[in-house]
Amino acid sequence: MFEYAPAPESRSVVDIAGSYGLFIDGEFDGGKDGNVFKTVNPATEEVLAEVTSAGSEDVDRAVAAARRAFGPWSSLPGAERAKYLFRIARIIQERSRELAVLESLDNGKPIRESRDVDLPLVAAHFFYYAGWADKLAYAGFGPDPRPLGVAAQVIPWNFPLLMLAWKVAPALATGNTVVLKPAETTPLSALFFADVCRQADLPPGVVNIVTGAGDTGAYLVQHPDVNKVAFTGSTEVGREIARTVAGTGKRLTLELGGKAANIVFDDAPIDQAVEGIVNGIFFNQGHVCCAGSRLLVQESIAEELLASLKRRMATLRVGDPLDKNTDIGAINSAAQLARISELSEIGAAEGAERWSPACSLPDRGFWFAPTIFTGVTQAHRIAREEIFGPVLSVLTFRTPEEAVAKANNTPYGLSAGIWSEKGSRILAVADRLRAGVVWANTFNKFDPASPFGGYKESGYGREGGRHGLEAYLA
Amino acid sequence: MTVTASAGLSDLRSFLHGLPGVDKVGVEARAAALATRSVKATSKATAIDLAIRMVDLTTLEGADTPGKVRALCAKARRPDPADPSCPPVAAICVYPAMVGVASAALAGSGVHLASVATAFPSGQAPLEVKLADTREAVAAGADEIDMVISRGAFLAGDYNRVFDEIAAVKDACGGAHLKVILETGELGTYDNIRRASWLAMLAGADFIKTSTGKVAVNATLPITLVMLEAVRDFRERHGRVIGVKPAGGIKTTKDAIKYLVLINETAGDDWLHPDRFRFGASSLLNDLLMQRTKLTTGHYAGPDYFTLD
Repeated sequence: MFEYAPAPESRSVVDIAGSYGLFIDGEFDGGKDGNVFKTVNPATEEVLAEVTSAGSEDVDRAVAAARRAFGPWSSLPGAERAKYLFRIARIIQERSRELAVLESLDNGKPIRESRDVDLPLVAAHFFYYAGWADKLAYAGFGPDPRPLGVAAQVIPWNFPLLMLAWKVAPALATGNTVVLKPAETTPLSALFFADVCRQADLPPGVVNIVTGAGDTGAYLVQHPDVNKVAFTGSTEVGREIARTVAGTGKRLTLELGGKAANIVFDDAPIDQAVEGIVNGIFFNQGHVCCAGSRLLVQESIAEELLASLKRRMATLRVGDPLDKNTDIGAINSAAQLARISELSEIGAAEGAERWSPACSLPDRGFWFAPTIFTGVTQAHRIAREEIFGPVLSVLTFRTPEEAVAKANNTPYGLSAGIWSEKGSRILAVADRLRAGVVWANTFNKFDPASPFGGYKESGYGREGGRHGLEAYLA
Repeated sequence: MTVTASAGLSDLRSFLHGLPGVDKVGVEARAAALATRSVKATSKATAIDLAIRMVDLTTLEGADTPGKVRALCAKARRPDPADPSCPPVAAICVYPAMVGVASAALAGSGVHLASVATAFPSGQAPLEVKLADTREAVAAGADEIDMVISRGAFLAGDYNRVFDEIAAVKDACGGAHLKVILETGELGTYDNIRRASWLAMLAGADFIKTSTGKVAVNATLPITLVMLEAVRDFRERHGRVIGVKPAGGIKTTKDAIKYLVLINETAGDDWLHPDRFRFGASSLLNDLLMQRTKLTTGHYAGPDYFTLD
């Protein structure tokens, strides 16, 4: 084997401070009650920084700042708001190397992905919604659509900066102001984004960042002066938020969990299907709500396909997220690692056959080898519950009818994949899948122009595209 | 193999059309992703030496003369006169008329001598002419023959004819190794490239080669990826290891390393060897030498420090 020498991206391109305050009304300041928490590099368990834990008073201040900023911001002509968004997009492009390294350090994802996927998409989202800001009257929501007011946005740890972009860009383009809470384990890129906002001369209060754990988020979404709540995260928390918001008149969008079926028919382009399966479940360590975590393969080609998949998995490079040749980085947190391990144990205990390629994992940090389970049936918990890790459950089917039935037989409905060289089959099957996104002969492809969102317990509302504007307009 | 070998393969068409399809977007994305691998330091040094050992140093011009061919042979034996640790290239590749000269110039060097044959590059000649072309090249000392397939027959669906021609040329090669040029730039689709690869391997090719270097699209990473998948799958089914040779348009060390990465992560170890993988190239060699010198001395030497032949 031709071994690649270590090719680490330089850490020195990012300057992380020892501690961070909250970003409220255009300024960084410490929290009122002085509580802090640490954010660690999941690949080494090294503490990266101390971050302020926002209490209720801090959230009040942030919402008040957003309220004050709302009037002037929403009165700006769309073309003026667009200028700020274009400026933010360009600054993100200019600082993309720094932000990519930061994202990999705080999240554990490989630099190849933060550099080639996350950051380009983040900039693309701001560019895309900048373009809409002066065209809202033509977006199909009436001649004079109005912003809602203050948006409370709570985002997850799997794509910290990208989820921020998905939330902040459409909110700002439509004239809303925001208070955003990044995830507890990945607060840093949102705080760097606050700096990007200052660099872009964004008026104070238009974007406010409050860091903290679940309590901070809970307080934010139930704040009486918030007009809109947007949440991406687990179905469990989403349900709680829906309960809190019910009857308050606040608008709500939820983007929750998934257990996507990736369906491979016997006439699939096999080598590309294998690539798509790998990308579907091992991209971002499987920390992807729309991950193709259930492989449904036609029984007539199952053996051959699994042999190819295993051969391909043996070439996956697991390790240092900052190495440019790493394919799979670290699991984001000890808690997530524990959950992945527990569900995998359950899968084995329930009789599914577990397989991982030989790979040596680092001693420190949170790591999980890419894993597949074969012989899984609909009755196994690993076929029903979201694992949110690099673990694939493999099921088989005999006919398109059975594939559709099994694919839809889940409480979730976020995404699905179809692999076939037969166009008519792709269209017929896609039509019957109850999933917000259906990919054909590809997987985990994102574009700001394309709406994204779920059916059933995967949430409601759409982000991205023209549809994504609707959630922020009355 | 005999000229009528395909008679027993009446299901050749259904076999070739039954191969899994190739998704264009997917294969190009995969090749592009592998092209982002970062190969530095010691692995780069290993890669450069391996790439030099894989070069089929080529001159295929109407203006080729004995003097030009002798000069190229000297370069093949000792690519970097300033550095005896630099390995020789795999082979010299010339027209049949130049084989005698090259054979004399390469005697005792261990460098292979490849000759294009079979009415290169178009392949538009009667079979007897192609076979005579092949036999003469072998008789003059070529130990590798680079033949072209009849793309016209392939595109017309006359697979048996293509098969029979390859088998006949293989027969005419005697002990010489046969590289079959698919001319992928004229085949139009990745599906066709996969089918042509299998057709050539079934008919007896020792190597499958992308291009003549004489058409608009020559070797590309995704095309080579499809061919590497084909040789990998062929070995799994038939146990025989077939080589791969991308040719045309590979000019830089950076390009060459991308091909080695493709091998490494697709077909695997067994193809990381000059017996199994070749670069059909001419200007590539000097860039490899320049990068090699840079790695040892720490600085770039100007182009005049590398020989032009």
